[in-house]
Amino acid sequence: LAEIKSDDNLKRIPVVILTVSKAEEDILKSYNLHANCYITKPIDMEQFIKVVKSIEDFWFTIVKLPPDGAK
Amino acid sequence: MKDHNNCRQILLVEDNPGDAKLALEALKVGRLRYEAHVVEDGEQAMGFLRREGEYVHAPRPDLILLDLNLPKKDGRKVLTEIKEHENLKRIPVVIFTVSKAEEDVLKAYDLRANCYIIKPLDVEQLFKIVKSIEDFWFTVVQLPPDGERE
Repeated sequence: LAEIKSDDNLKRIPVVILTVSKAEEDILKSYNLHANCYITKPIDMEQFIKVVKSIEDFWFTIVKLPPDGAK
Repeated sequence: MKDHNNCRQILLVEDNPGDAKLALEALKVGRLRYEAHVVEDGEQAMGFLRREGEYVHAPRPDLILLDLNLPKKDGRKVLTEIKEHENLKRIPVVIFTVSKAEEDVLKAYDLRANCYIIKPLDVEQLFKIVKSIEDFWFTVVQLPPDGERE
């Protein structure tokens, strides 16, 4: 995350942290390193699918992603 | 500091009173409880975040909705200042603007906006989008815990 977000060409690619960790320090650290958002991965399969679907919906239909990032 | 208890705090930076009113309406119909604060220009936004002057008791927002074209201090400048501030940088900033210009989108992500969302002109669409922002950031995402700490 730190490497992506400090690379001039990569930093604008949205990074969604998807992890089982709920530790406050992990959440804090991720946002400090400019993660675009932090999502706790549910252990339950059905919940997990729902969360992945939400990520997809939000980032691909609601959000305007950066245009051609290699420019 | 005032007790802002468990209520989620949203800061809406929007210079158009009509748009601000609509966004607030849209947040109100949601099922979650918020306290939404509206400021109309970039200087007020930074004053609110830094708790200066009339904003000395302002809560720390859990989420910031930021328009790009603002009087006094531009939204890009506000975004830069937030993301360079050790204590404020971790507050998610959603750019919410009518601009579809590629350079605005690119610049916002380069300045570390958490996401960029185009504000629809249609009221029904606007409600839908605000609802999506609310759902995603408050029910799917883990927001940073107590933001005051290092």
